[in-house]
Amino acid sequence: MLLSETTEEILEALWIARENKKTDIFKLSDLREMPDIHTLKELTDAKIIEINNNQIKLLEKGVYYARDAVRRHRLAERLLTDVLAIKKEMIHETACQFEHHLHKGIDTNVCTLLGHPKVCPHGKPIPPGKCCEEKAKMALQAVFALADLKPGQSGNIVYLYTTDPKQAQMLISMGVVPGTSITLLAGFPSFLFQLNEGQFAVDSEVAKEIYVRV
Amino acid sequence: MKKKLKIALIGSPNVGKSVIFGALTKKYVTVSNYPGTTVEVSRGNAKLGDVDYEIIDTPGLYSVFPITEEERVTIQIIKNEKPDLIIHVIDTKHLERMLPLTFQLQEANIPMIVVLNMFDEALKLEININTALLSELLSMPVVATVAITQQGIGQLISKINDKKLSLTEENKSQWEASSFSNQKMKAWYKKSVKIFSRVVKRIKKPRKLSRFDKMLISPITGIPILALVIYLGLYKFVGEFGAGTVVDFFEKAFETYLNPWLVHLATTHIPWASIQMLLIGDYGIVTLGIKYAAVIILPIVGLFFLVFALIEDSGYLPRLAFMLDRAFKKIGLSGRAIIPMVLGLGCDTMATMVTRTLPTKRERFIATLLLALCIPCSAQIGVILGLLSNTPKVLAAWFFIIFAIFLSVGFAMAKLIPGTRPSFVIEVPPMRMPQLKNVLIKTYMRMKWYFKEIVPLFILASIIIWLLQITGIFDLITKAMKFPLDVMGLPVESARVFIFGFFRRDYGAAGLYDLYNSGIFTNNQILIAVVVLTLFLPCITQLLIMIKERGIKIGLGISIFVLFFACTVGTVLNWIITSFGISF
Repeated sequence: MLLSETTEEILEALWIARENKKTDIFKLSDLREMPDIHTLKELTDAKIIEINNNQIKLLEKGVYYARDAVRRHRLAERLLTDVLAIKKEMIHETACQFEHHLHKGIDTNVCTLLGHPKVCPHGKPIPPGKCCEEKAKMALQAVFALADLKPGQSGNIVYLYTTDPKQAQMLISMGVVPGTSITLLAGFPSFLFQLNEGQFAVDSEVAKEIYVRV
Repeated sequence: MKKKLKIALIGSPNVGKSVIFGALTKKYVTVSNYPGTTVEVSRGNAKLGDVDYEIIDTPGLYSVFPITEEERVTIQIIKNEKPDLIIHVIDTKHLERMLPLTFQLQEANIPMIVVLNMFDEALKLEININTALLSELLSMPVVATVAITQQGIGQLISKINDKKLSLTEENKSQWEASSFSNQKMKAWYKKSVKIFSRVVKRIKKPRKLSRFDKMLISPITGIPILALVIYLGLYKFVGEFGAGTVVDFFEKAFETYLNPWLVHLATTHIPWASIQMLLIGDYGIVTLGIKYAAVIILPIVGLFFLVFALIEDSGYLPRLAFMLDRAFKKIGLSGRAIIPMVLGLGCDTMATMVTRTLPTKRERFIATLLLALCIPCSAQIGVILGLLSNTPKVLAAWFFIIFAIFLSVGFAMAKLIPGTRPSFVIEVPPMRMPQLKNVLIKTYMRMKWYFKEIVPLFILASIIIWLLQITGIFDLITKAMKFPLDVMGLPVESARVFIFGFFRRDYGAAGLYDLYNSGIFTNNQILIAVVVLTLFLPCITQLLIMIKERGIKIGLGISIFVLFFACTVGTVLNWIITSFGISF
């Protein structure tokens, strides 16, 4: 089923509200964007949401669609920043249009091309698709976690994915910054890599946080 | 007193700040081939040309946004002391990575000089930096040095004097390091990459791991190598040669020549019996204090420090950290903790100070506890190896028991202590041939530190025991200890060993050595005594350092726990041995 661009926007707003509130029932005021009456009708008709005295309930089908829309939007953002190098301020706008073209099949290819990223450029999680679970078998992959490289393989750092700001700070201070070339020298029992002229040893948790385009 | 101009040496870890400090002040501070050697601030005076300066050597920092405690120390120095000049020391090989710190320091508005140290190593990697151009781009003086061989130090001194610093306070504005910002960091890195690409002439592509490196870090070959290092360095050299040959030699010399002469001197010149006892009695300052400190302990510790200096200067320790990180995670530590743990085999007090380089509170706590409980210091190891050299079964049992306790206590701590798992990041410097001169000086400096720490304590111990003896309290304590000793199946004579052990474990171990030679212990008893003494209360210096580093609550808490734990283990061990009829 193909939904309109505005409908997808509302779905995304619902998903974000769901991420924040951890519930499937919202007030209209919880949403970052107010839906108009046509959109609401389209959503209720499609059995995506249910409206009961000013409360919106996201139905099972709705969760599925919302998740999918958000996934495409955030993948689009990743694609725009990592591959097309579009300025951060412009990403959201462009991504809103772009995500529309990432329907079944294409989103999988994009996701694979990007190495099944876990977060969008703003740090929000990208809901994983089927392809993410099967990522090991995919041949198209271009971006890997440092932990998944083979010793001797090198590439450029694309981004750091860490929830601990101190950790990110430490890595950045050591020179682990996007754009720098990195070579994995040893992968067992810990990870040893060459960065510029220096060598660093890290554990597997840290090696999973450094993403490299091979 | 006239105020002096202050110069702060600042830079990332392992770039050679301490070597430059030494070159400027002619004072030696410990220099190693791994990051984080300097955990304390050193100060020294230097007369460069006609001007007197105070030089401050600071712990390394990666950026002005501090993460570890020692980084915070450095930031505090810039903030509070407002040095008149900052010398930013850079490892030339890593210029690109270290330049961002130059930009960050520039924000403090203090005159700066950049030192490109280890210039020779960079040249070997075919990294040739145009220092004149770099100086122009940074608009500050840049000096190339090979500090370890004094090259470029003269030039640095003349650049310092060119600055014509004056003691005016007015243009020292208060510097507030801005909070961490990704944006800023990125901007600094961009700037750094740009400048670097302009000043560098040629760069060789990153090397592959050498075969030697590979052997050191993969467990299949690395663990046998580690075992070999421990066997040769610790067992053969420190144990057999140090605690055996060297100590025997000194002891004989002391007993045949020095001691009789001193006894004679004391008995003929000092009429009071109690003072005679203080000096040359069973626990006297000379007979016990000086003998244990200088004749038994010092040679062993000295030889350990020599081995340790060789190991640390080679660059082996970070590789060991890499290999053992996974195993260390199981006991709540990261690979970084290998450095204090190995150093603890030399001196637990020194090692407790070095736990400061560990990033989280939880890790520092676990490391401190394990050092206090399970890691025997070199003096202890030496004495124990000497003691048990004729009974290899007891030696093996001792090793196995201590190792098992180390693992299980660590494992329990990892489960019990709340907080996040440590993450492991360490810089791995290239393997280098240790410089003999540096190794010797470092060993000497550590021995001097050790000697200064222990001799007063040994003398103090002698005086306290003497006081306890002439007041009769000593006998009371000995009697009071009869019960716990009975429970552990130990003869009452060993009470004095544990009383000594309260002052220093190695002192206690040395006392054990004497007791054993007089044939008081059975093999079973010696095993129990050695295990309990290894676990026993850390020496008084370590107790003080634990309180200083971890706070009074944790410091005392750990000590009480250790005391209780040691006695429990002794009791359980005795019970097991008797009920299973084991005899060594």
